[in-house]
Amino acid sequence: MTAYARRAWIVLWKDLLTERRSKENLNALLFFSLLLLFLFQFALGPDREGLRAALPGLLWLGFILAGLLGLGRSFMTERDNDCWEGLRLTPGDKSAIYLGKFLGNFVMMSAVEVAVLALFGLFYDVELWPVLGPLAVVLPLGTVGLAAVGTLFAAMTAQVRARELLFPVLLLPAQVPLLLAAVSVTQAVLLGRPLAEVAHWLKLLAAADLVYVVIGVLTFEFVLDA
Amino acid sequence: MIGAFRLHKAYGRTAVLEDVSLDLAAGQCLALLGPNGAGKTTLLRIFATLLRPTSGELAVAGVDALRQPEAARAAIGVVAHGSYVYEDLSAIENLRFWTVMGGGDASRGRLRDALQQVELDAVAGERVRTFSAGMKRRLGLARVLLGRARLLLLDEPFTGLDQQGKKWLSEFLLAFKAGGGALVVATHSFGSGLGVADRVAILAGGRLLLDRPCGDLSWDELRRLYDSLTEGNGAVG
Amino acid sequence: MKATRVLGWLAAAGVLAGLIAAFGYAPREAVQGNVQRIMYLHVPAVLTAYLAFAFVLVGSIAYLVTRRAGWDRLAAAAAEIGVLFTGVTIASGSIWGRPTWGVWWTWDARLTSTAVLFLVYVGYLLLRAMVEEPEARARYAAVVGIVGAANVPIVHFSVYWWRALHQPATILAPGKSPLAPSLGLPLAVNALGFALLFFYFLARRMEIARIEEEA
Repeated sequence: MTAYARRAWIVLWKDLLTERRSKENLNALLFFSLLLLFLFQFALGPDREGLRAALPGLLWLGFILAGLLGLGRSFMTERDNDCWEGLRLTPGDKSAIYLGKFLGNFVMMSAVEVAVLALFGLFYDVELWPVLGPLAVVLPLGTVGLAAVGTLFAAMTAQVRARELLFPVLLLPAQVPLLLAAVSVTQAVLLGRPLAEVAHWLKLLAAADLVYVVIGVLTFEFVLDA
Repeated sequence: MIGAFRLHKAYGRTAVLEDVSLDLAAGQCLALLGPNGAGKTTLLRIFATLLRPTSGELAVAGVDALRQPEAARAAIGVVAHGSYVYEDLSAIENLRFWTVMGGGDASRGRLRDALQQVELDAVAGERVRTFSAGMKRRLGLARVLLGRARLLLLDEPFTGLDQQGKKWLSEFLLAFKAGGGALVVATHSFGSGLGVADRVAILAGGRLLLDRPCGDLSWDELRRLYDSLTEGNGAVG
Repeated sequence: MKATRVLGWLAAAGVLAGLIAAFGYAPREAVQGNVQRIMYLHVPAVLTAYLAFAFVLVGSIAYLVTRRAGWDRLAAAAAEIGVLFTGVTIASGSIWGRPTWGVWWTWDARLTSTAVLFLVYVGYLLLRAMVEEPEARARYAAVVGIVGAANVPIVHFSVYWWRALHQPATILAPGKSPLAPSLGLPLAVNALGFALLFFYFLARRMEIARIEEEA
């Protein structure tokens, strides 16, 4: 492994290890998702059909809301432990840190999404087994975009005083196209349509994901450094 | 190892450092004395490439630190009050993380060796959360040992250490110097920091008011000079 | 500054010419009546907004490369003016829509795209307001500016495709139908006038920013 890859990997390792020890983030996010489930049900009323129709949107709304909470805390350990400067002092390309964090966030978000999906299937009585394949395509595609921009903005707002306000304000407009695309695809998938029908959306998602990750890699050093 | 020329640092209209120039060769230790607020930490952070000066030139380890900070960082080790440790990880896990981040070899043997040198091998697997301040500082030094630092910047390193801890640290620093490294120790007290220094500089009000080899002055002379120079020149606004 | 004053006069002349062209020269539209004239405000406004955001992108990248504060001032000023013109676009679109379609807001492609753009750059301005340290502010803003600009084409495609599912393109998109010269000329004149206005605002705003910084 190159030194760059080793650094990205060690950041990922550290984050996963820390999360496994403290378990605070994942547990809270899972519980939050459960709460959202109930909130959506109560907000939309007992109309089964209405809920079914809104399901793709609710699903991604849930992912994004969970993302707002979970991603916003990406650099919390760095801030709490004063390690921000320590990271700045390390030699070499800082974007390795971004990639490590991004991958860690992707893993965390994916874990939450799988749980949310399972819960939705259960509570809203949706047949997920037949469409698991296509879902396994669209979920990661949407999550990459969310995690890529979320990690970048989380680094930025970690040092700002009003970060709880600023992070959603910055992240949400950037998620609009991803939301539109992901919901459209998910809707088609849940209706049993083949993925080929929504290929243009998938291509848009893939292109957007690529753009966001590249921008993250290129600009992270400016967010970290002076 | 350090070549600083006319460093200025200002925040808006407030000048924190004015016209600071100094040189430091390998194998030398500079004690940077000054009252609180004199700008010692700022100067140290500029040397560490953590902060950019408003104007001036800086070369660290033979590299233009302002234009290529990344290249200079490999040779710089910092021991400050922020000890750069992750509280939820153990000592050895912290070392593994920072060593890999620094691009070094993080094999278990090497890590254990470093812990042994700073007398932390007994608690290698303990979470750093349980460490005392002195232990955290020793861990920071272990990190430095594992890196390839040729310049060590220490901000008030002796604060909070007991007598034995201070003795240990002095020996550590002397060994580092003997190995060809350069040191800058910033301190506001006439303590152990001066014991390891070859040169002493006094920083007050953002200005470098003195820069002399230690051998030139006796302790009393230095004390008197320090008091007179810093009298009207306390903290910067 | 002398040059800015000249620019100001040019801009005033341009806007005046545009008004005359819009009300005097352009014909009264058959179906919608005089309210259609608001197109001469709406379309140039959105074009100018895009011009402004292009400047934000340029300023952001240039700042990260050169670290010169002037580029950051450019980006910030352009963003403010861009948000202003975007607001004008949305408001004029809304006013156009009311008598024409009976609603204050439709989720048609252009309006929605523009609204998202508005949100992105208001976020940019909020970020600037919340970061006090000027150097950090400039860096963060530059990164957000780049992400925002990269998002523009992505938002475009996604919103247009999204609308295609729900509704065919509306008449509020004059780009779709070939423009008669009697409509095209006043549009061009207004666009030019607005561009001049943009440059005038930009120059003045940057001057003010420079003075504020040196104070």
